[in-house]
Amino acid sequence: MILEVDKLRIHYSTRDGVARAVDGASFTVPEGRIVGLVGESGCGKTTAVRAIMGVLAENGRQAGGRVVFKGQAMDEATTRKLRWRDIAYVPQSAMSSLDPVYTVGAQLVEVMTKRGNHSRASARARSVELFDLVGLNERRLADYPHQFSGGMRQRAAIAMALALEPSLLLADEPVTALDVIVQRQILDVLRSLQQRLHLSMVLVTHDISVVAYLCDEVVVMYAGQVVESGPVRDVLARPRHPYTMGLRNAFPDLLSDALELVPIAGSPPDLREPLSGCRFVPRCPFAQPACGIDAAMSGNGDHRSACRRDSEADTLRTAALDPRTWQRSSSFAMS
Amino acid sequence: MAALVELRDVVKHFPVTRSLGEIARGAHPAVRALDGVTFDVGDGDAVAVVGESGCGKTTLGRLMLKLAEPTGGAITFGGAPMAGLTGERLRDFRRQAQLVFQNPFDALNPRFTIYRAVVEPLINADIDKAEHADRVASAFRRVHLADFDRYFDRYPHQLSGGQLQRVVMARALVLGPRFLVADEPVSMLDVSVRAGILALLREVRETMGLTAVYISHDLALVRYLCERTLVMYLGRVVEDAPTEEIVRRPRHPYTKALVAAVPVPDPDQSRAPLPIKGNVPDAREPPSGCSFRDRCPYAMPRCAAETPMLRSTTGGHRVACHLD
Repeated sequence: MILEVDKLRIHYSTRDGVARAVDGASFTVPEGRIVGLVGESGCGKTTAVRAIMGVLAENGRQAGGRVVFKGQAMDEATTRKLRWRDIAYVPQSAMSSLDPVYTVGAQLVEVMTKRGNHSRASARARSVELFDLVGLNERRLADYPHQFSGGMRQRAAIAMALALEPSLLLADEPVTALDVIVQRQILDVLRSLQQRLHLSMVLVTHDISVVAYLCDEVVVMYAGQVVESGPVRDVLARPRHPYTMGLRNAFPDLLSDALELVPIAGSPPDLREPLSGCRFVPRCPFAQPACGIDAAMSGNGDHRSACRRDSEADTLRTAALDPRTWQRSSSFAMS
Repeated sequence: MAALVELRDVVKHFPVTRSLGEIARGAHPAVRALDGVTFDVGDGDAVAVVGESGCGKTTLGRLMLKLAEPTGGAITFGGAPMAGLTGERLRDFRRQAQLVFQNPFDALNPRFTIYRAVVEPLINADIDKAEHADRVASAFRRVHLADFDRYFDRYPHQLSGGQLQRVVMARALVLGPRFLVADEPVSMLDVSVRAGILALLREVRETMGLTAVYISHDLALVRYLCERTLVMYLGRVVEDAPTEEIVRRPRHPYTKALVAAVPVPDPDQSRAPLPIKGNVPDAREPPSGCSFRDRCPYAMPRCAAETPMLRSTTGGHRVACHLD
């Protein structure tokens, strides 16, 4: 494992109390694999990667758990040392990793000479290589970020992250704001990087079809916790946690014959409230009184889920395919 | 069925800032946001307009609502030319045609209560004040906000994204419109909530007999909303067909690329490599002839010389390609 995240807790102090954005999340990233960290807004996926990278917002702090990179437990000092050299991060908006007043080429050179130990000449040569790697023409090194289209900026941000040859890349919604054809081109760039550089990756996304296209493994988060994880094929084809089942039903599929999308009634809990037991209970059609107690991740082999009724997963999955299972009267409180 | 909205050779150019050279040459460069668009929207139909950013789909929606005027061509609504609508007839059109905004977080004034947001169109349309409370209540019922009166004095930031989008829809429906243009109505919402809004869009369209145009970049999504889809590329309609035809049997090379690029949530469905090259060209200087030709794997000399017209083929399909 190149990365192990163990019972990670991240708290944000807000005006209305402490928000437990990540509440005991554990997952691993095997060497050379792409792991999708998937969930809806507020589930803690972005906070988790920002914590790994050591770039939490000012009101955020690690309240527990640990992050182990290549066998070494990370603290503030080691994170600072590893940042960009061993672990790199592509933030949600590509524009925020580019400075509008310098050319893209100058910024690449800057990263390599300041953060790494490249000479200016070797940094320039490496910039050309990097642009080639992400599919940009080296002539564009002389351009400013505003002269780039959205897709080109995303490629440049990826090139920037790869400048110091990290072994782990954390990418936060790398294709979300992009058009579908450009999206596909960027996903293909990421896949070629994995293959050519044997890069390990964590891909944060809300889009399970992006996970299906690119990732080897997937970690599903809900309300700050991991509810299911495993090989992509197993998790998406045979989900074991009711939340994953619901997400699969709600997701549009260009090629499916079903012309009905099924919503999950209700919304995620307020993470500032004290919570116990399975966080999905208020929205879960299969909840039972026993679900009030936290369920540990269980399952055979790599495919694991945190559901009290995991032993009945096959039966629940069949029931979950029926839209009526998810039907509730929608009201203001529920919608 | 008779058409509610008819577009004939609609053109919209936006002037761009000229360079010194262009001023010296007396050139007037323009972005051709729409470059000759012709189609009908049947009364009661739901039509999707899909394409990538910059293809002109949002401009098209604005013209259909008379929020902007075309540079050329004509649009009619219920048989009447929209260019000539003024005074009382324009006010009547504004009551009948409504926009559902892209981002519910931006669509509502943060300083207005929910009630005020939904009653506002009634005030603007000079509806008798005695009717306001009833009309607002019925709009909220239509969008399934059953316990709405508890929320009337709340502000937008106190609601979730899904609730906000329902309020935005209540606002669009409160005047009892005939025609709705929805620009990316669910793109800002979480997946689990989005499905509920899509179902609601379908339901209000059926129960109110609405005609609707959905503008979206997401082909996978419009399948759940519209029987018919228009595909746009650089200001032109390149393909127009029943949505299932577009998805299962795309004919224009651009549509083929668009369909091939859509990821699907099933890892066992292998996706073909993209049959397309490069990026969308500068809309100020589109290629001669077919504007897709420099990215098209099948381009031939004729494609540079002659702009392909949108022609009817089989099964209600229209395609603008010399190969077809």
